[in-house]
Amino acid sequence: MTKTFRLALLVSTALSGAAWAEDVTLTIESWRNDDLVIWQDTIIPAFEAANPGIKVVFAPTAPAEYNAALNAKLDAGSAGDLITCRPFDASLELYNKGHLADLSGLASMANFSPVAKSAWQTDDAAATFCVPMASVIHGFIYNADAFEALGIAVPTTRDEFFAALDTIKADGTYIPMAMGTNDQWEAATMGYNNIGPNYWHGEEGRLALIAGTQKLTDPQWVAPYEELARWGAYLGDGFEAQTYPDSQNLFTLGRAAIYPAGSWEISGFNTQATFKMGAFPPPVGAAGDTCYISDHTDIAIGLNPASAHGDQAKVFLDWVGSPEFATLYANALPGFFSLNATPVVMQDPLAQEFVSWRDKCQSSIRSTYQILSRGTPNLETETWGASVAAIKGTETPADAGARLQAGLASWYAPQQ
Amino acid sequence: MQARQNLGRTIAAHAVLITWTLVALFPVFVIVVNSFKSRKAIFADPLSLPLPSNFDMVGYTTVMHQGDFFQYFLNSMIVTVGSLFCVLLFGAMAAFALSEYRFKGNTLMGLYLALGIMIPIRLGTVAILQMMVATGLVNTRTALVLVYSAQGLPLAVFILSEFMRTVSDDLKNAGRIDGLSEYTIFFRLVLPLVRPAMATVAVFTMIPIWNDLWFPLILAPGEEVKTITLGSQVFIGQFVTDWNAVLAALSLAILPVLVLYLLFSRQLIRGITAGAVK
Amino acid sequence: MASRRPLRWHIAVFLAPALLIYSALMIIPLFGTLTESLMNVTEAGERVFVGLGNFATLFGDALWSDAFWNALGNNTWFFVIHMLVQNPIGILLAAILSTPRLRMAAFYRTAIFIPTVLSFVIVGFVWKLILSPIWGIAPGMLDFIGLKSLFAPWLGKEQYALTTLALISVWQFIGIPMMLIYAALLSIPDEVIEAAEMDGITGASQFWKIKLPLILPSIGIISILTFVGNFNAFDLIYVAQGALAGPDYATDILGTFLYRTFFGFQLQLGDPHMGATIATAMFFIILTGVCVYLFLIQTRLRRYQF
Repeated sequence: MTKTFRLALLVSTALSGAAWAEDVTLTIESWRNDDLVIWQDTIIPAFEAANPGIKVVFAPTAPAEYNAALNAKLDAGSAGDLITCRPFDASLELYNKGHLADLSGLASMANFSPVAKSAWQTDDAAATFCVPMASVIHGFIYNADAFEALGIAVPTTRDEFFAALDTIKADGTYIPMAMGTNDQWEAATMGYNNIGPNYWHGEEGRLALIAGTQKLTDPQWVAPYEELARWGAYLGDGFEAQTYPDSQNLFTLGRAAIYPAGSWEISGFNTQATFKMGAFPPPVGAAGDTCYISDHTDIAIGLNPASAHGDQAKVFLDWVGSPEFATLYANALPGFFSLNATPVVMQDPLAQEFVSWRDKCQSSIRSTYQILSRGTPNLETETWGASVAAIKGTETPADAGARLQAGLASWYAPQQ
Repeated sequence: MQARQNLGRTIAAHAVLITWTLVALFPVFVIVVNSFKSRKAIFADPLSLPLPSNFDMVGYTTVMHQGDFFQYFLNSMIVTVGSLFCVLLFGAMAAFALSEYRFKGNTLMGLYLALGIMIPIRLGTVAILQMMVATGLVNTRTALVLVYSAQGLPLAVFILSEFMRTVSDDLKNAGRIDGLSEYTIFFRLVLPLVRPAMATVAVFTMIPIWNDLWFPLILAPGEEVKTITLGSQVFIGQFVTDWNAVLAALSLAILPVLVLYLLFSRQLIRGITAGAVK
Repeated sequence: MASRRPLRWHIAVFLAPALLIYSALMIIPLFGTLTESLMNVTEAGERVFVGLGNFATLFGDALWSDAFWNALGNNTWFFVIHMLVQNPIGILLAAILSTPRLRMAAFYRTAIFIPTVLSFVIVGFVWKLILSPIWGIAPGMLDFIGLKSLFAPWLGKEQYALTTLALISVWQFIGIPMMLIYAALLSIPDEVIEAAEMDGITGASQFWKIKLPLILPSIGIISILTFVGNFNAFDLIYVAQGALAGPDYATDILGTFLYRTFFGFQLQLGDPHMGATIATAMFFIILTGVCVYLFLIQTRLRRYQF
């Protein structure tokens, strides 16, 4: 069967070679179904205008099924020409299996810093296999009208943050914070990895954990759970069954005052909220402390080596690496910040606020993404559970730390 | 006395049925009613009926601008009807062979055909996809029909052979004495008698096919062959916080199945009652 | 009997189309997947035969076995609820519906079956909406009858979530036992009923003494269909609670456990070998159930040819 399959592939390659003169159509696999309209109306027309003869189709899958569906299609040989890359291991695995081409030689790769490329490289950084597109920044979005009505100043320290929450709670008009634990990932992504870098000092702690010199039972790794445990009191009634869309709606309908956020929410919130919004970075321990933010490399795009139109696909990828694309993308999707070394001018005030933190705070990425989620039990998934348990109060932060450390040490040599 | 007892019983029967009918229809009611309301009204008072003050069709206008829902609907129809035809015809034939004839390996064959109801076919995805790529059937409705036929056959054979055992031997033997071929006996004598079972199998087979998300996603994600379930799923993913649009899309997704079922349910019941006429 | 004829081509003709499609698209791919349970990859990425090694991991390594037994236990509870709630109510509804001269029977029958034709996406979404503690259809209704204190965020609580989902599934699928039993009840010959009525057996005792024994084979079929359906269930939990089957794996059943393992989840890469191992274990569980039915129950059921 594999033989026939290879033969079919050969034949189809030969055939497509013969049909050279016609327009070539490239298909992009992606999990960003939210962005379908933006790709169709803004990004693709811009590319096609500049590159006659190449047509591009954006074919997204729902995020939850993306990895499974993509892997099946790649294994069988029916996947699209261009593959949107998840950061780190999911893409590294595809590269190792020969499902992503090495793009180190691509001219526009020079437009990206080593940090920007780190999520899509082999561990030794010898090969880069996806062109970085954007990162997302964590922080808190707040209802500025509510803050003004209650006379709350934007908090910069943790004490101010909790004082603000107390004020909102005492007033009773608003639910202090919009977050639920039903879908689990928000608790880890917008909770733990949002406030955590201030405790473990961003890259310093993250790299120490990978090196094995820090443990998940160390205070800087347990403390974020202790802070999350205090959040429970400020969430809405029945937050245990509150889903991610529930939280978004709670906030944009003006019923909650603070939303622990990722910057990707900006464009959605802009269209749905009828009040003025602001944003602040995760509050620090004491005034004047260095602040750390999660500026997570989140999305990139690579080439399927089985593509019959590799050359045209590379033209497209080169364009994705250009400053032109960076400006187009960052403004079409405020909250997805360009990783391009060329500075991008953004129009959206909320996006400007988020990106301004890059100047005053130290950037880091999510602690669990690089290397540490390679084994079983999976540290990222475990972190979801631990963050939820901390908020619900079903597990003490110390126990959570010990459980995660034991799980990590069970397969990760530097932690043994 | 007798009459009063009967009346009491009738009232009790209706009470039970009405209760469950309300339980069954309430969620559908919630979706449809709210799809006609403004965003604020959905969240403020989900149970109120659409009133002039909160009436809003914005969900439907959003949906109509996205995707070709009519084409999706047509694709779903073609795939479902095609698979249904294969499952019913081939399933009934196999069930007849198993229930009618004693031959070597009969039980084993029955068990072999029943294996398929024990493992989710989803697990064979990669091999199935490779096969479709090799035969050039990726992004065709044929691929879906083939997979759904394979998926539906085990249950069809399982249920139909159970029902075919209740068909009178005398009738079949009388046919044989009259010189009818085995094929004629099957198509002319047996098939009409198991119509209720066929109708039941048809409904059971149809529902998972119509509602399946996985194989359309893997085998036929192309715009021109997309099924309505996949189409509305992409849509829901895209507008997950825009509940006007989601509720409108769900209402539109319910509608065709409902119409299809209402059309079919008459056939189904006619089939069942026809079989009941001894 | 037809079996006297020497060469019976018609048997082959009857079986061939079904066998062909079924073998090519189901058995061969599935067999290919299940054999993966005997293989694994080494550190160097080589695919090697490991015998029952994966099964030793699944049942011996607490990391896997705890998750497996948790899923199996949850799955059993899921099945028990269907057997205790769905099937008896289904039979009751069918029995009432089959009462002769019942008005509006067609309407009830159609309405009660409607949830069964809805897709999981719709069912998951609407029940989450109704049970939501925030948008408040369920809390609002409980408040209306003065029982607000009974409300809890059921889908978010470890102790209630699974039962809640099982009841939602019952709500969705009750039409299936109802229709099957209804069909069986309708095909009981009038002569049998008339004879019973002549003997003065009517009403409830007629159901228990005459009809129930006659529909036992159908009850057998719905039980085994429920069993197979429940142990293969996946979609509702996936749609309502996600692949992690929260809260804290309280709603994890074999189907979700398998999906997570086989296809991977978030940063966890898919593991086709352990996935196939779980699938094989599931297969044997279901096979055992079906064999119990086929060889112990089905052979003892008396069938009546009408």
